[in-house]
Amino acid sequence: MLKYIAKRLGQAVLTLFIIITIIFCLLRMMPEEGYLGANYDKMSEVQRETILTEMGLRDPVPVQLAKFYRDLLHGNFGTSWIYRPNVAITEILADKAPVSIRMGLMAIGISLVVGIPLGVLMTRFKGHIPDKLGMAFVVLVMAIPQAVYHLFIQTYLTDALSLPMLFKEANVMSWILPTVSLSLYNTATFALWMRRYMVDELNKDYVRLARAKGVKNSVIMASHVFPNAFVPLIQTIPTMILSTAMGSIYVESLYSVPGMGGLLVDVIQRQDNAMVQALVLIYAALGIIGLLLGDLLMGVCDPRITFVEKGGAR
Amino acid sequence: MKRFLDGPVDRVAESVTRAAAEDAFTFAEYDESAGEKVAWSDYSYWGSTFRMFFKNRVAVALLVLLAAILIFTTIQPYLPGQRPATLINNDPETGMMLMNVAPGEEFWFGTNSIGQDLWSMVWSGTRTSLLIGLAVACSEIVLGITMGVLWGYVRQLDHLLTSLYNIVDNIPQTIMLILISYILRPSMSTIILAMCLTSWLKMARFIRNQIVIIRDRDYNLASRCLGTPTWRIIQKNLLPYLVSVMMLRIATTIPEAIGNEVFLTYIGLGLPVAIPSLGNLINSGRGLLMYESLRYQLIFPAVVLSIVTVSFYIIGNAFADAADPKNHL
Repeated sequence: MLKYIAKRLGQAVLTLFIIITIIFCLLRMMPEEGYLGANYDKMSEVQRETILTEMGLRDPVPVQLAKFYRDLLHGNFGTSWIYRPNVAITEILADKAPVSIRMGLMAIGISLVVGIPLGVLMTRFKGHIPDKLGMAFVVLVMAIPQAVYHLFIQTYLTDALSLPMLFKEANVMSWILPTVSLSLYNTATFALWMRRYMVDELNKDYVRLARAKGVKNSVIMASHVFPNAFVPLIQTIPTMILSTAMGSIYVESLYSVPGMGGLLVDVIQRQDNAMVQALVLIYAALGIIGLLLGDLLMGVCDPRITFVEKGGAR
Repeated sequence: MKRFLDGPVDRVAESVTRAAAEDAFTFAEYDESAGEKVAWSDYSYWGSTFRMFFKNRVAVALLVLLAAILIFTTIQPYLPGQRPATLINNDPETGMMLMNVAPGEEFWFGTNSIGQDLWSMVWSGTRTSLLIGLAVACSEIVLGITMGVLWGYVRQLDHLLTSLYNIVDNIPQTIMLILISYILRPSMSTIILAMCLTSWLKMARFIRNQIVIIRDRDYNLASRCLGTPTWRIIQKNLLPYLVSVMMLRIATTIPEAIGNEVFLTYIGLGLPVAIPSLGNLINSGRGLLMYESLRYQLIFPAVVLSIVTVSFYIIGNAFADAADPKNHL
């Protein structure tokens, strides 16, 4: 087990290293206006060169990369250029992150509490009205682009429920709609996969045997089908928690929540390369951490997974 | 004990002789040639697949609807009385722009803030979005299948490609999409390129897994022993098996691509405003939500978009269910 964790951790660190390097090199290929902001046209060639050299952008790429890693190891993501000039990115994030994290955790809580029972309910009434209604919900949420339904929820539900349209941290009522919107996609995902895994389990022989022995349906569902169907779902939960806690681009920009999701859109539109780089790195790192945690959690929860090497699979 | 066991049999024999004596039935002739007959089933994979698919009423109805939309968007510019999508309509008398005209007889879907006909814009935008979807799906198939087959079939490449996959798969797809479109300047071809670069991975992995599973089945082993060249095994024995998987991926890629286009436009990395697309229409309609009388400018493109994506999603899933031999009876 320990050996497996160590191996998996090493793999994750290596992957992260490779990805950071690739992203860093890719962003060096950006057009240079992005570093100079609105004053680009007013500057002369010499001025531009001076600024770029001062920023260290005229150094060879490996030198820049080494400097970047040195800073990164000290917990320094660099400074913003355009979004809030000369403010450390970590400082900007420290302002923004708490709101996103709180809202994201609440949303994922809603998703778990609603989505999984919904999946169970759909399996229980498979082919009947609750199943069909649930399926319609899942299809709508999964198939319609998120931008569209978030817009409509904001427009029509704020009117209908007379809730505030924009987010204010002190006003509890203004938390409701953004949090619910944020939870919709994950709720649908949980319901869909819960139902699919449970239906798969229901068709297996051990369930048929339990039926034949006369075990009550509720007992079969609760102590055989549900745990077995829940295990594959566990793997995806860490990734979902992390990505939801980083905030949704749509929800945050629509309700003007001062969180991290809207930040990415802002800095892309203002072409603040340093911020884009830092944010993309954080998102990629969280993606990797999520997968790692998912694998480990799966190993802990599923007794069928052993960490003994089996030779010669192929 | 012996009598007890024999009892029922005796009684059966007794009643058979009695019934035969009463002409309740006659004994059949023994036909030797009937024993030579071989059991034959008229099972055909595609026949059953389509029969299963057509049982799903909702999916069939949506298929018809989708086909109608597809045909209509293609021929719409050639129909009589259509305005070009980017034409700015002026009032013939005053020469003023006809801005924000509500939907009516003249402009079926109304006009936008600079007097462009929303009806033409919506269909032209649907065309753009579907074109992006189809282009992404096609390139995904070509790239995904080539890489998947190489990955699954050529053992020397397996290790290299698997570790490469593990790295690339770790980056969240939206981040990759954002990054690529951020570095390349927005245009039709860069959007398609960005989506292709992110989407073929899933397809390649799927094909690879399937090929690893069926590559060493007995019939392929037999083929190899008989000296069939590799490309022929791939072409005749492996690929036909994967057709249904590919169909499903196409059906899910197209709505994904359409949704991604909306997403990229939303964060400001989409197509230039001069090219009408569903993403652009929704993005410009977004600002008008506050004005109740102008909401139609968002609702029309959003409804068309939702119909298209939901149809593809449902049809794809229905087809995947139908193509699974486990569901065939």
